[in-house]
Amino acid sequence: MRVGSPPARIFKQALRRCAGLSMLVLAAGPAHAASTLTIATVNNADMVIMKQLSGEFEKSHPDIHLNWVTLEENVLRQRVTTDIATRSGQFDILTIGNYEVPIWAKQGWLAALSPDAAYDADDILPSVKAGLTVDGKLYALPFYAESVMTYYRKDLFAKAGLTMPDAPTYDQIRTFADKITDKGNQVYGLCLRGKPGWGENMAYVTSLVNTFGGQWFDMAWRPMLDSAEWKAALTWYVGALKADGPPGATSNGFNENLALFGSGHCGMWIDSTVAGGLLFDPAQSHVAGNVGFAAAPLGPYGKGPTWLWSWNLAIPASSSHTADAQTFVTWATSKEYVRLVARTHGWVAVPAGTRLSTYDSAEYQKAAPFASFVHTAIDRADPNGPTKQPRPYGGAQFVAIPQFQAIGTQVGQIVAAALSGQTSVDQALTTAQASVTRTVRQSGLMR
Amino acid sequence: MTRKRARLQRIAIGGAAWAVALWVFFPILWMVLTGFKTEPDAISTPPHLIFHPTLSSYREVFARETYWHFALNSVTISVLASIAAILLSIPAAYAMAFLPGRRTRGTLLWMLSTRMLPPVGVLVPIYLLARSTGLLDTRTGLVVIYTLTNLPIMVWMLYTFFREVPVPILEAGRMDGATRWQEITQVLLPLALPGIASTGLLSMILCWNEAFWSLNLTSSAAAPLPTFIASFSSPEGLFFAKLSAASTLAVAPILVFGWLSQKQLVRGLTFGAVK
Amino acid sequence: MDQAARRIPVAAPVGRPSHARRTGGALLLSPAVILLLIWSLVPLAMTLWYSVRRYNLVDPTQVGFAGASNYVYLLTDPDFITALLNTAILVGGVLVITVGLGTLLAVLFDQSFLGRGIARVLVISPFFVMPTVSALLWKNLMLHPIYGVYSAMMRAVGLTPVDWLSRYPLATLVMIVSWEWLPFAILILLTAIQSLDAEQKEAARMDGAGPLAQFRYIILPHLSRAITVVIMIETIFLLAVFAEISVTTAGGPGVASTNLAFLIYSRALLQFDVGGASAGGVVAIVIANIVAAFLLRAVARNLEA
Repeated sequence: MRVGSPPARIFKQALRRCAGLSMLVLAAGPAHAASTLTIATVNNADMVIMKQLSGEFEKSHPDIHLNWVTLEENVLRQRVTTDIATRSGQFDILTIGNYEVPIWAKQGWLAALSPDAAYDADDILPSVKAGLTVDGKLYALPFYAESVMTYYRKDLFAKAGLTMPDAPTYDQIRTFADKITDKGNQVYGLCLRGKPGWGENMAYVTSLVNTFGGQWFDMAWRPMLDSAEWKAALTWYVGALKADGPPGATSNGFNENLALFGSGHCGMWIDSTVAGGLLFDPAQSHVAGNVGFAAAPLGPYGKGPTWLWSWNLAIPASSSHTADAQTFVTWATSKEYVRLVARTHGWVAVPAGTRLSTYDSAEYQKAAPFASFVHTAIDRADPNGPTKQPRPYGGAQFVAIPQFQAIGTQVGQIVAAALSGQTSVDQALTTAQASVTRTVRQSGLMR
Repeated sequence: MTRKRARLQRIAIGGAAWAVALWVFFPILWMVLTGFKTEPDAISTPPHLIFHPTLSSYREVFARETYWHFALNSVTISVLASIAAILLSIPAAYAMAFLPGRRTRGTLLWMLSTRMLPPVGVLVPIYLLARSTGLLDTRTGLVVIYTLTNLPIMVWMLYTFFREVPVPILEAGRMDGATRWQEITQVLLPLALPGIASTGLLSMILCWNEAFWSLNLTSSAAAPLPTFIASFSSPEGLFFAKLSAASTLAVAPILVFGWLSQKQLVRGLTFGAVK
Repeated sequence: MDQAARRIPVAAPVGRPSHARRTGGALLLSPAVILLLIWSLVPLAMTLWYSVRRYNLVDPTQVGFAGASNYVYLLTDPDFITALLNTAILVGGVLVITVGLGTLLAVLFDQSFLGRGIARVLVISPFFVMPTVSALLWKNLMLHPIYGVYSAMMRAVGLTPVDWLSRYPLATLVMIVSWEWLPFAILILLTAIQSLDAEQKEAARMDGAGPLAQFRYIILPHLSRAITVVIMIETIFLLAVFAEISVTTAGGPGVASTNLAFLIYSRALLQFDVGGASAGGVVAIVIANIVAAFLLRAVARNLEA
């Protein structure tokens, strides 16, 4: 019971702070008192496994207790941001994306990490590691990472007499989709994210726009949503989904599309590489035997950053258990942890996209035929690479500025309105341009 | 009117009422059923009406989260906040009903208008206050907030109940030399008990279902059931069955409580507010 | 309380309490009033202060006095009017449905029929379901265009399922929220009807009043106070509807289902712009108070009666 009166709580907190300080001092010393780490995490499949296996960690580290807070992504993000920005110190370990890591590290909110040699930080995929490094220091360790690829149904392609090239173009995708779509049998040629949100439809749309040669801002932070490239990309997107997409595309996010593809309703699906492990799992997917994969399609520009997302474990600077927290974070992102998951849940379930050693493992390659595709996709994601014109921001499928959550959500809604037919593409882009301009003005980015 | 026609009419009325009741209740029933399906069963099209019930979703929900911890927090917070709100609102409602002044009506209206404070606009100020008073992630913190947000409604409801108590009875007590304390505890409260009970019940329901402050001000130690739901609401992979099982678990206690106390709620309301 | 006691005519509250008694009254009233004063004034003061500051949680470089710019940003938002309108439609729509349908159903459930007790329990059940759960339930299990039960029913009779939440977002939200609040209206109104004297109804029937006339001239006037109670309590909650929107449509498509609370959330809180969110909070408080002034006056009149 912790119903204690406020003064008692303050006193207790003060005590804990002192304890934390002395622990920092004594961290090198032999014995220290048991500590409890509060870990905030999302409810994704890989994290659920981590929580299950954390008993092993507590067994080997009897003086560290773990206290889990599992929340849905949006709730978690709001909760954790409020906490860290007000330095409330409710959490010792945070699960955050590579969107937050550099922004927060620059604010001095995250503790820099220095894993030992046994951890082998050089084993982390270079592009993933780069996204977590600020001024040469690591501020988070990757738990799993994803890029984007194309999934398709081999059986439907064979039936229609089509072959999927290794690197399709968006024109080809549209042609294939038209041929496969069979609405009478609820088979839809193409499934894409349509659910509004900066991490949902805008993740896909941003990467689509990049390869069509568009971008969010020019060097003076002037929004570029009124460009011809955005128009071409969005016209393709709305046209393809209207002709060949499932009904209710505006409510389909990653998860909904995963369920649709897994239950046999989609012919193709362009989305995160983590779906591979789930689609190949016969317990989760009715089409496990028929899933084919290819690289993410290319648009007219043919280059540009594609997609790189990682879920990472980080430690707030306000935590009073930094040393113990680092012990857990390095454990959960280690090679040993990957092997532990392989032993208990099978190689197909290991956290993907983080370690070269995982991709070097013959067992993993056998269990996950998509492994090399994912590896290549992450290597080529190029989050800080060039767009068609120079840009002042980093990020592949997002813009690495604090305002992007609001901007992305707003534009995501406008794109969804165009997709549902409420507005035209032209109208939508005019509205979006105006609203992004308002936001960057208000926040002082653009003068 | 012939007897036969009357009977037909009764059957028609019964049929219509039952159709409405089933239609309104159907989503809840479906949620309970889906909780007993496997994940692929839960999204099969067309939906299976007949299926092989399984407890696998429940097992997984229990394996993932400590349901009892959340449920206990929900019960503790709702009960304490309701008791606190009632204890505060009884004297206030008494004063308004029996000792009205020129400003009584204005005070009552002002109280109700404080309830219209939109939570999204004041999240950060309240969060900062909770942090500096050490009330973040404590049951005390939520009890304080729920007491205060429900207080206006409680005062208003009790006020309407108290106004139904015949003044002569209270005056008779006073003639016999009862102090105000005795007047309230021995005369007024027993008379208004059904009203107080239903006010408390309403407060319990509102506290149990509140999801904004509970999600934002608690993390683990004091987290009630809305937080439990937030860990199942949209994970990766198939989740309809698990979500249904978790939702059923979150809703079941208050639903059963509501069913059992429904008569009490009605009896109390009859006595006051809506007569 | 027994019937005899209730028959005693309710005397008007004692004419004018003595000075001493009134002081006592103030004393009794003070704990609740003081707490509510603190609860409403402290956050209000903080909100007012932040609303004229440049203050962003995730961008400490933004500091200083903002003047009216936070307000200007919100009030000149082209979606502000839409959000206001949506708020009005949501509140109004749900009130009309719950009060209208609630009255009819209350009369229906007042009749005697087989299994009335159980049917009543079923019909008030949604009120006990938390808003997050009802929203998830309707979105995923009922209205999902592919797996939803309603879509399956439409397909079964040869219709094409409708994607309710993207085609008719606001109307669907009104429907979901009405489902949550209809039981409350039924509960209150049914209670009110039951407190109507059976003798009074019988007398009207003897006088040859048909069911419609009975409803119009006996039941409806009797219900007016209960209806104000329903409107009052529901409005308090409907003005702040948030969970249902964020779970189902996130305010869209576009801003088709964005109400004021959600607009503040998506424009300011999402980027942790405390200044902007505070300005939104102040605007929402002003609007709520305007509504409250009208509403409360009506309620007060009805309560005095």
